[in-house]
Amino acid sequence: MNITEKIIARASGRNSVSPGDVVFANVDKLMIHDVSGPGVIKVFEEWAKKGIDLEKVWNADRVWIAEDHFVPSADRISAENITKLTNWAEKYGIKKHFKYGLGQYGICHTLSHEEALVLPGEFYIGGDSHTNTTGALGALAVGLGHTDIAYAMMHGRIWLKVPETILFKLIGKKPAHIMAKDIILKIISDIGTDGANYKAMEFAGNAVREMSMEERLTLTNMTTEAGAKNGIIEPDAVTDAYINERTSEIYKPILGDDPHYLEEFTFEIDNLEPIVAKPFSPENAAVARELQSIEVDKAYIGSCTGAKLEDLRSAARILKGKKVKIRTEVLPAAQSIYLKALKEGLIDIFMEAGAVVGPPTCGACCGAHMGILAKDEVCVSTTNRNFPGRMGHIESQTYLASPLVVAASAIKGKITDPRDVSK
Amino acid sequence: MTLKGIVHKYSKDNIDTDVILPGPYLKIHDHGELSKHAMEGIDADFSNKVSKGDFILAGTNFGCGSSREHAPIALSHSGISAVLAPSFARIFYRNCVDGGYLLPLEIERSTLEQVSDGDTLEIEIENNQIHDNTNGKNFSISPFPPLIKKIIDSGGLMYYKE
Repeated sequence: MNITEKIIARASGRNSVSPGDVVFANVDKLMIHDVSGPGVIKVFEEWAKKGIDLEKVWNADRVWIAEDHFVPSADRISAENITKLTNWAEKYGIKKHFKYGLGQYGICHTLSHEEALVLPGEFYIGGDSHTNTTGALGALAVGLGHTDIAYAMMHGRIWLKVPETILFKLIGKKPAHIMAKDIILKIISDIGTDGANYKAMEFAGNAVREMSMEERLTLTNMTTEAGAKNGIIEPDAVTDAYINERTSEIYKPILGDDPHYLEEFTFEIDNLEPIVAKPFSPENAAVARELQSIEVDKAYIGSCTGAKLEDLRSAARILKGKKVKIRTEVLPAAQSIYLKALKEGLIDIFMEAGAVVGPPTCGACCGAHMGILAKDEVCVSTTNRNFPGRMGHIESQTYLASPLVVAASAIKGKITDPRDVSK
Repeated sequence: MTLKGIVHKYSKDNIDTDVILPGPYLKIHDHGELSKHAMEGIDADFSNKVSKGDFILAGTNFGCGSSREHAPIALSHSGISAVLAPSFARIFYRNCVDGGYLLPLEIERSTLEQVSDGDTLEIEIENNQIHDNTNGKNFSISPFPPLIKKIIDSGGLMYYKE
């Protein structure tokens, strides 16, 4: 079995499972946020009307809550959603509630790894499609809707179809101008936005082993954009070091054992060029240098995909001592990352370049608030999706790229390869 | 179970959840209110066109993108009883079924080409059959896997007994 199958087998109490098997599996960790949470609460309210006993959730210590999509509260409705979530968390004794303005908080997926809320070998479900992100820790991390989450919240179990797995072997040495974002955009353009629908995407190869944890997280984050049920990377010394810096909890890593895969792809990354996904699909890739005539109105460095500490360091490397030509927004993905960036002097670099630095939020990535696009505006963004209307007006446009490309584009006001910005 | 209604056809592949229910409305949890914004990203007049029981006919990978259950809720509360497509994105598919909102029906690609916008369909779920009353043709749908069928018959995952 490969790692995905082995985790499902463990969680469902079986010796082995095969692709296509449908099982009920025990959940180790569960996450909701300020969009899926109110949905879960509504399901609970419906249950209560039908007389179902809802004294407690299956395990309050294994549940955590993020406030990320509509914080800072965009309007009255989003403010009331936060109040509702807070009251509900108190009622059910859920203590891991990362509140905006009260210590550590941030985008749910970022917190999952930054706080080591999920550990290698665990089965983790979250009420958000980019839950896949956390699979880089060697966990089975699956995004679900709020009814499934509500069911698991009550029963501690959820049904799963064991997915087929596609293996992506990344080999070679990553050039300095290339980031994991370029690699995953290249993969999605090759296999398409339904290329891994219902399947697991596992990453291996020397280039993955040599990657930092944050870069690995970019790979698994974007597996959602290929339709994957989960993205996963077998844990190793990099994983252990990352986790042990953040928690002293003991965990039992799971590795593949005589693994089999539906398909295997090998990507050589030595000569990869910076990649940009054009509107209106993450699969719509082009080489950055082919797009250097595209004028851009705004550069956005944010989200669970592109505002981790290394993403900010990469952007700062390009922006240091330069001025941005277009409006540029930097939103670190979590409060802890913001503070580290501040201490490293990255925030100085962004602000001296002319960018605005904002609080962690999903905000404009999902077109919710905090800087959405007007009609016909063009944005180059470190985020994960560029569907019509994703970041604002239905006739706005988003180009997805690495933090290096977005920073370089901010300086030139056009889509720019980071190698084309003078030192 | 037999469903009867009119087809609203959107042939595009990869109709995503940002189109089905745009991001700014994610803060809304009133199902009736959500239905007013269904398919707003592709057809601003959608909610006025749909009558109870109608169908959406669409291209492959319908519902890709986010896990927002708001998408099937908005479609269902605008009157849609089933979406017919050659394939569905996985979270959208299970949200339809587990929430008990509407039926995701897998069809052949050729069915998408042969059924027109405005056609009246009768769909027999037990026999996996579609009758197009407008053009007189018959088509098949892929049978539901056993667990999916049981959850549908229970009225959604919350009523399903493991």
